[in-house]
Amino acid sequence: MLDDFMVRATLAGIGVAFAAAPLGCFVVWRRMAYFGDATAHAAILGIALSLALSISVFAGALVVALIMALTVNLLMGRGYAMDTLLGVMAHSALAFGLVAVSFLSGVRIDLMAYLFGDILAVSRTDLAVIWAGAGLVVALIGWRWSDLLTATLNEDLAYASGINPKREQLVLTLALAITVAVAIKVVGVLLIAAMLIIPAAAARPLSRTPEGMAVVAAGIGSVSALVGLRAAYVFDTPAGPSIVCVAALIFAALSIVSSLRASAQ
Amino acid sequence: MSLVDVENLSIRYGANTVLSNVSLGIDAGEIVTIVGPNGSGKTSLLRAIIGAVKPSKGKVTRAEGVRLGYVPQKLHIDPTLPMNVARFLALPHGATPAEIAAALEQAGVPDLAGAQMSRLSGGQFQRVLLARALIGKPQLLILDEATQGLDQPGSAAFYRQIETVRRDTGCAVLMISHELHVVMSASDRVICLNGHVCCEGAPEVVASAPEYRALFGSGTMGALALYRHDHDHDHEHHAHGACNHTQTEAAE
Repeated sequence: MLDDFMVRATLAGIGVAFAAAPLGCFVVWRRMAYFGDATAHAAILGIALSLALSISVFAGALVVALIMALTVNLLMGRGYAMDTLLGVMAHSALAFGLVAVSFLSGVRIDLMAYLFGDILAVSRTDLAVIWAGAGLVVALIGWRWSDLLTATLNEDLAYASGINPKREQLVLTLALAITVAVAIKVVGVLLIAAMLIIPAAAARPLSRTPEGMAVVAAGIGSVSALVGLRAAYVFDTPAGPSIVCVAALIFAALSIVSSLRASAQ
Repeated sequence: MSLVDVENLSIRYGANTVLSNVSLGIDAGEIVTIVGPNGSGKTSLLRAIIGAVKPSKGKVTRAEGVRLGYVPQKLHIDPTLPMNVARFLALPHGATPAEIAAALEQAGVPDLAGAQMSRLSGGQFQRVLLARALIGKPQLLILDEATQGLDQPGSAAFYRQIETVRRDTGCAVLMISHELHVVMSASDRVICLNGHVCCEGAPEVVASAPEYRALFGSGTMGALALYRHDHDHDHEHHAHGACNHTQTEAAE
């Protein structure tokens, strides 16, 4: 079954959707959308470095994404507004990454594959890495779920319950770096944030509890992967962007339905 | 041993010292109210007690295994976060439906368990915050201006609820309040704070202390000064004069 590239691609897409769903909910609730973008953009620098050093692209992206996320964490609340800081970091990381890639004259790299993903080229090993990473992210967030949620609501409430919100922020940062690293192959650096945010945002009108929202987001993400891949095959469109397009259409449809229902009441 | 002991606590943010050399202890079952002008370090003191701020000097000692219930000044729930009352009450350590119902009952808002947090009125919201603080059966209930944004009858009812809770559960209460009539009628002890402890003791003792009068004036004028002060930084626009008027009456 895994011999079929479409099956592997579909499984890879669903794996990323599962990791992105609970994490994406926190990204939306905590207004960290730009933070996700910055971390993802930094990964291109990691890719360049790992190609130069001949190490695994996954490992390189993970390390640089982690460094990026930790740096932003550290600089938070020290003078600059968050969006300014992230704007500087995200785009300079991307620029440095693209420049670094150009130095790699010996290797011919398909830059597009890293910017927009190359889900149809997912190998068995890639699939194992993606599912291991996704499993790790889901386990990590599931383990910290209540504490993360309390810290997201209010830091002082968390402290009073014996929870350190800074530690919980670190957990999210780690989960974000892992998700970025495993999602590169699937949707590419530029569209990772979309996989985090769009399914979670689309799930909001359908949910009454935080847990419900994460589950619905996982469903929407998986459906997007399935339909997007099918559409890419039928219409011969790029696979990663097609997945994101489907997610965006689901988001638009659900938003319209929910606002119509709200105004009907 | 007190539930919480604060010894020579100083807190600095950068070069700015907000509290210096504050010492106090909270004993089981007592109601202690902190009063003081804006910027006098009241909230910083509470945050140090719950462990959210590290003391620059001195220390905060909590009794071994003491259970705290905390009601924050304000709680903003992002509209993208779906949250009903029952789920909110169960955070972070979980709670059975029976415990949730009991806590809501105790806070004076039964029947709200299924409601979305975003649909609650201001008064309901504060009571749900109180219910959440009560769910862990706290030995010390800490409230930071918990009636902010409530009207006069609403906040009076809220404080009556606190007294009922204390009577029923025997928990100690440490609260910040700007409402002098509450302070005077419901507290066992009042601590007047202005970067340091100006004076403390039984309400009538504090009310006649020169340090307190220096800060708040005397008699009903004291209450007036306190309210006026409180309103210096109130940007929620009711008509200003009308607002002061009703609160002054209530204070008298």
